Amino acid sequence: MSAKEEILSRITSALRDAPTPGPVPREYRTVSDMPEAELIELLVDRLEDYKAHVDVVEAADLSATIAERLKDASSFVVPHGIDGTWLADAAPAGDARRRIDAPGAVLGVAELDGTDAVLTSSAVSIAESGTIVLDGSGDQGRRAISLVPDHHVCVVPVSSIVRLLPEAMQRMDITRPLTWISGPSATSDIELERVEGVHGPRQLDVIIAKGL
Amino acid sequence: MSNVFMGMPTLPVFGDGNLHIEEPFPAAAHRELGNTQMRANLRHATHTIRDKRLKVVAELPDWEQLRDAGSATKNHVMANLPALLEEFETNFTARGGIIHWARDAQEANQIVADLIREQDTTEVVKVKSMATQEIGLNEYLEEQGISAFETDLAELIVQLGHDKPSHILVPAIHKNRTEVRDIFLAEMPNVDPNLTDEPRLLAMAAREHLRRKFLSAKVAVSGANFALADSGTLAVVESEGNGRMCLTLPETLITVMGIEKLLPTKDDLEVFMQLLPRSSTGERMNPYTSLWTGVTEGDGPQNVHLVLLDNGRTAALADKYGRTALNCIRCSACMNVCPVYERTGGHAYGSTYPGPIGAILTPLLTGIKSEENSTLPYASSLCGACYDACPVKINIPEILVHLRGEDVDSKRGEKKLPSQMDLMMKGGAWAFSSGKHLGLLEKGLPLGKLAGGRDKKIKRLPGIAAGWTQSRDIPAPPSQSFRDWWKKDHEPVAPINEQEKLTK
Ligand code: SF4
Repeated sequence: MSAKEEILSRITSALRDAPTPGPVPREYRTVSDMPEAELIELLVDRLEDYKAHVDVVEAADLSATIAERLKDASSFVVPHGIDGTWLADAAPAGDARRRIDAPGAVLGVAELDGTDAVLTSSAVSIAESGTIVLDGSGDQGRRAISLVPDHHVCVVPVSSIVRLLPEAMQRMDITRPLTWISGPSATSDIELERVEGVHGPRQLDVIIAKGL
Repeated sequence: MSNVFMGMPTLPVFGDGNLHIEEPFPAAAHRELGNTQMRANLRHATHTIRDKRLKVVAELPDWEQLRDAGSATKNHVMANLPALLEEFETNFTARGGIIHWARDAQEANQIVADLIREQDTTEVVKVKSMATQEIGLNEYLEEQGISAFETDLAELIVQLGHDKPSHILVPAIHKNRTEVRDIFLAEMPNVDPNLTDEPRLLAMAAREHLRRKFLSAKVAVSGANFALADSGTLAVVESEGNGRMCLTLPETLITVMGIEKLLPTKDDLEVFMQLLPRSSTGERMNPYTSLWTGVTEGDGPQNVHLVLLDNGRTAALADKYGRTALNCIRCSACMNVCPVYERTGGHAYGSTYPGPIGAILTPLLTGIKSEENSTLPYASSLCGACYDACPVKINIPEILVHLRGEDVDSKRGEKKLPSQMDLMMKGGAWAFSSGKHLGLLEKGLPLGKLAGGRDKKIKRLPGIAAGWTQSRDIPAPPSQSFRDWWKKDHEPVAPINEQEKLTK
């Protein structure tokens, strides 16, 4: 008997009393109707609690804000699908600081390690828990680029913010490689004292963009 | 596949690995209690985390509804495990992942070692995983000439300190900052000799130490917190980013996961991802959660394996009063609120799984007769704090009592002569069966008074009762029993039915 057959037969034998548990009650909150301004306020509060830096800007000011956040980076990586207008101020065409990661032209790990920052968009955000979800789309890139550089600048379009995790779940394609980010990397392993910044990016700047 | 059982019932097959305690719980607890530094560290840590948990739980108006959904979902999973496992395998495989099944620790270890060897490497990076701790993977790999580097800060502290984890979430909870610094100074190559004990600097030292390993590793080994049957998705919940490093950068990823970790769909994940972070670290959400479904071209590992582990889980499932222990999502809330754990620490439990959940899960996985594991269900005062804290509502006190019963039954079967406990219980039954019997026994009370000595305290009881006086004194009994006093002080009255006659 293969290991699989044996384990399945052990399970079937273990369940010989044929337990029939009741249906799963789903009385927890799955929808909400929080106005946009409050959603933004809640998300900002949660992210700041995690020690992320947050800007809330009009779409027209997005490019200038990105430039401001990236001003100290001597180099930064962007995924191939990023909206070019976002970089109008930070890296006008031909700027040597900008490194593009694209399918077929990926940056090596060492190269990423030698890059100061990364700029990405995001797929959906959960205000109640301060969580930003990246799903590997063209404007977010493969997982390595938002992991290895030490400083992550992440744009959150206001239309992608929901209040509850169940609402966000409806918008996620679960089979994509997903990364849920709630603040910069942190550890509480020494005396339960939270320290921001271990292996993931130590600095997380979130730019919430209205009108997007 | 139908779940209706048709064949001969097979005997449960128990698990092995780091699940067998080497000495009885009372002896280990007695020793650990002497470690006052550890007790102070633990008290500080468990109280900090308890308060945080209560605060973030109180924020959610639907916490109880989430617990109800979580608990019912897990019961549903256990009842439908064969079908869900098949469904998961089909979906994970369709997306390019490769599944291996392991009956026990040894089989799982061999599978992992073979997969590593195929990649021509002798080094792997690891992200904290209870399952690999349970099967003793690191020790096995070392025997095979493969070095496994723990990358979670707490696991790193434990590994460098040649120590054992004492908590499932913060395995180095028993070490304070100064002790951590001393371990780093002694064991970490190229560490700054001026390293202080500030947690931020200690975390930075760990980052430096592991960075090169992450960037060059060919193979990573992980556990998984959840697996979704209807999509074939795996999830790892973490804080530091070491998980993301392991799950993203190497070419080969080998995940070891117990068969009980399945959830049917992503609608279930939304419940558990609200329950888990708030219950474990007391955060609204943990910093990072990674989800992957087989292989994604151009993103992350291209050689993706999953080892599905039994190792006693089917034996636990066969115990219909104990099987809900498999519903555990390893949040550690039960140990953070446990008065016994707070004092003895995790090492006293001797197994990978300490605290209240360990006291039931360990003997369920290994069988109650296994070595000293039968002492674990007694590691509790049955106060019920664990049940209240558990996000999936596992009734730990009820299972503890059930396992104590199993233990007593199994010992009775083994012995020809009745045990002290049997005799005491029989004696009790005789005494309380009639007032006359009890009166006779009470005549012995003044003797107890003598045994009590001058300070009117009994310091040592004989036989099995000695355990009770190991850490307490009992007051010596009074010279007169309540029943004797009543008889002397009260005029005899007519029995009740006589009284009734009189009033009529
Ligand atoms: S038994 Fe409950 S409280 Fe304890 S670790 Fe498991 S899920 Fe958490």
